[in-house]
Amino acid sequence: MNLFKSQKFSQSLSKVFTYFYLILLAIVIIYPLLITASSAFKAGNITAFDLSFDANWTLDNFRRLFTETLYGEWYMNTLIIAIITMVIQVAIITLAGYTYSRYRFIGRKRSLMFFLVIQMVPTTAALTAFYVMALLFGALDQSWFLIFIYIGGGIPMNTWLMKGYFDTVPIDLDESAKLDGAGHLRIFIQIVLPLVKPMLAVQALWAFMAPFGEYMLARFLLRTPENFTVAIGLQTFINNPMNQKVALFAAGAILIAVPISVLFFMLQKNFVSGLTSGGTKG
Amino acid sequence: MKNTELDEKRIRNATLLSIIPGLGQFYNKQVFKGIVFLAVFLLFIIEMVGFGAGALVGLISLGSIPGENHSLFMLIEGALQILIFAIFLLFYIVNIYDARKVAKLWAENKKVNTSITSIMGNVADHGFPYLLTIPAYLAMIFAIIFPVLVTLFIAFTNYDFYHIPPASLIDWIGFKNFINIFLLSSYRDTFLAVLGWTIIWTVCATTLQIVIGIFTAVVLNQKFIVGKRVFGIIFLLPWAVPAFITIMSFSNMFNDSIGAINTQVIPLIDSLLPFIDIGAIPWKTDPFWTKIAIIMIQGWLGFPYIYVLVSGILQSIPEEQYEAAKIDGANAIKRFRHITMPTIFMIAAPIFITQYTGNFNNFSMIYLFNEGGPGSIGAGAGSTDILISWIYKLTTGTSPQYSVAAAVTLFISAFVIIVSLIVFKRTRAFEMED
Repeated sequence: MNLFKSQKFSQSLSKVFTYFYLILLAIVIIYPLLITASSAFKAGNITAFDLSFDANWTLDNFRRLFTETLYGEWYMNTLIIAIITMVIQVAIITLAGYTYSRYRFIGRKRSLMFFLVIQMVPTTAALTAFYVMALLFGALDQSWFLIFIYIGGGIPMNTWLMKGYFDTVPIDLDESAKLDGAGHLRIFIQIVLPLVKPMLAVQALWAFMAPFGEYMLARFLLRTPENFTVAIGLQTFINNPMNQKVALFAAGAILIAVPISVLFFMLQKNFVSGLTSGGTKG
Repeated sequence: MKNTELDEKRIRNATLLSIIPGLGQFYNKQVFKGIVFLAVFLLFIIEMVGFGAGALVGLISLGSIPGENHSLFMLIEGALQILIFAIFLLFYIVNIYDARKVAKLWAENKKVNTSITSIMGNVADHGFPYLLTIPAYLAMIFAIIFPVLVTLFIAFTNYDFYHIPPASLIDWIGFKNFINIFLLSSYRDTFLAVLGWTIIWTVCATTLQIVIGIFTAVVLNQKFIVGKRVFGIIFLLPWAVPAFITIMSFSNMFNDSIGAINTQVIPLIDSLLPFIDIGAIPWKTDPFWTKIAIIMIQGWLGFPYIYVLVSGILQSIPEEQYEAAKIDGANAIKRFRHITMPTIFMIAAPIFITQYTGNFNNFSMIYLFNEGGPGSIGAGAGSTDILISWIYKLTTGTSPQYSVAAAVTLFISAFVIIVSLIVFKRTRAFEMED
C-alpha cells in the first residue's frame, strides 16, 4: 500500500520535473529570439535588445534597411551565391554519390577512403592559400571565387551522405530495369533519382543555407561593402552597439531567419531520415 | 611452351613500348587509343617545355630580382605544376597498365576492340562511373587539394608583412616557422595557450551540446507528454535560425553595461530566488566569463542537431526490449544505461565526432561573440581565441604573418585528421558494406 503510494508520488514528481525542464528550455530558446525579433519593430535608436513592450511599434526599420543601407545588395549577393552553390553542388554530389553507390570500378574503395579523409580538412583554415590564389586569378572581392570554394569544400562530406542514401534504394530496381533494356542514364534519371528526392531536398537546403552563415572567408575575401554577403554586412550594424543600428540588424535578421526557418521546417521530416540512414553508415 | 614464350615477349614489348604513351597501344593494334594517348603525352611535353619547367625552377628559386620576380606567383604556379605532374603520372600508370592488359588479352586469344566505334562503346560502358565522378574530383582538386598544397609550401617560406611581393622576395626558410611555434618563446607561449583553450572549449562545448541533446530527446520521448509537437518545433529553432544571427544577438545581449542578460535576466533571477543576489557579470571584459558565455551559447546552438538525431534513434529501439528489461527488474536508470545509451552511441558515435571536430574549428562562435577577446595574450591572439580564429587574426591583422598562419593551419589539419581517423577506426565508420 505504502509502496504503491510512493511509486505514484515519484511518478508525478517526475512529471513535474519533466514539464519544468521542457518549459524552462523553451523559455531559454524563445527569449533571445523574441527580444531580437521584437526590436525590429521598435521606433527610436535602440542600442540593446530587451523584453519591453512599451515602445512605439513601427515598420520604419525595414524601410530604413533598404533605403539607408546596402542591405538589399547584400541580400541579392547572398541569394545569388547560395543558389549557384546549391545547384552546382547538388548536381556534382548526386552524380558522384550515385556512382559510388551503384558501380563497382577499379579504385572505388580507395577513392571513397580518400573522400572520407579529405572531408576532415578544415578548408576555411587555408585562408592564406585562398588569398594567394585570389591574387593570382584576380579573384579578390569576386563572389565567383567564394562560390567555387563553397562548392568544392562541401563535396566530400555530402558525397558520402548521398552515397549512403542511394545505398538505401534497393539495387533490384536497377537490375530489373536493365533487363527491360534501360540504359545507364535512364536507370539513373527515371528510376533511382525520384526515390532519393528527400535527400536531394535536404542537400539542397544545406548547400543553400551555408553561404548565408559563412563568415570567415567572406569577410576576408570580399573587400568592398557593395559586394558583402548578409552575414558580414549585418555584423557592421551590431559589432559596436553605440552606432545605434541594432534595430536595423534585427530587421535584417528577420528577413533572413524567417524564410530560412520556413524552408527548414518544411524539409525537417526529410533530414531526420537522412541523418539516421545516410549519416550513420559514415 | 613456345607459345607462352611468345606471349610473354608480347606482353613485355607492349609494356616497354608504352614508356612512351601510345606506342604500346599501337603495338596492340589499337590505333585510335594510341593516337589519343600519344596526343596526351605530347600535350604534356609541350606544357612542360612552355610553362612547366619554368614553373618548377621558379618554385625552387622563388625569384631573384625584387620588384621584377613575383615570388608568390612563382610559388603558386609551381604548386599548380606539381598538381599537373601528379595527374599526368596517374595517366602514365594507367597507360602502362592498359598496354599490359590488352597484350594479355591478345595472348589469351580473347576479343580485343580495335575499331574506333567499339572502343568508344567500351569507354561509354566502363568509363561511365569515372565520367560521373570527374566533376567532383575537379572541384575537390582545386578547392581543397590545391589550397592545402599551397598552404604546405607557404608554411616553409618567410611570407609576412616584411616580405610582400612584388616589392620584395619571399624565400624558403625550412622549418623555421614550425620551430618558432613549437620551440621558441615568442610564438610558443601563445600557441600553447591558444591550443589549450581550443581543446578545453571543444571538449566542454561539444559535450554540453551532446548532453543537453540526449537529455532533451529522452525527456521528450516519454509517452505522457502533452504538446510534444510544439516543444519539438521550439527545440529546433536554434538550428533553423542561421547561427551567425543568434551569435550576434547573444553578443549584444551579453554586453556588460547595456545587454539584456545583465539588465534584465539576472535582476529577474535575483527577484525570483530569495537569498540570491548575483549582480552584473563582466561577460565581455573578463576572459573567464566570456569563456563561460561562449560554452553556454554553443550548448544552446548545437543541442537541436543531437536532439533530432537521438529522437530518431530512440524511436527505432523496439519497445519489447524495455519490457523485457522491466520484467527482469531493471529500473528506469538501469534501462537507460544498458539499453538506451549503448544504442545511441553505437549509431551516433561518428556524428558526435564530427561535432567535436566542428567545434574545434568553430570560428563564428568565437569571433562573432567577442572577436576572440577580451584583451591579448601576445602574438595577435586574444584571451578566448581558438586556433582557427588566431589564424584569421594572423592573416588579416595590420601586420599579417601569412607563413606562421599557414604553419598553424597545417597543424590543425593534421590534428583534426589524426583524431578523426583514430576514432573512426574504433567505431564502425570504416566497415563498408562490401
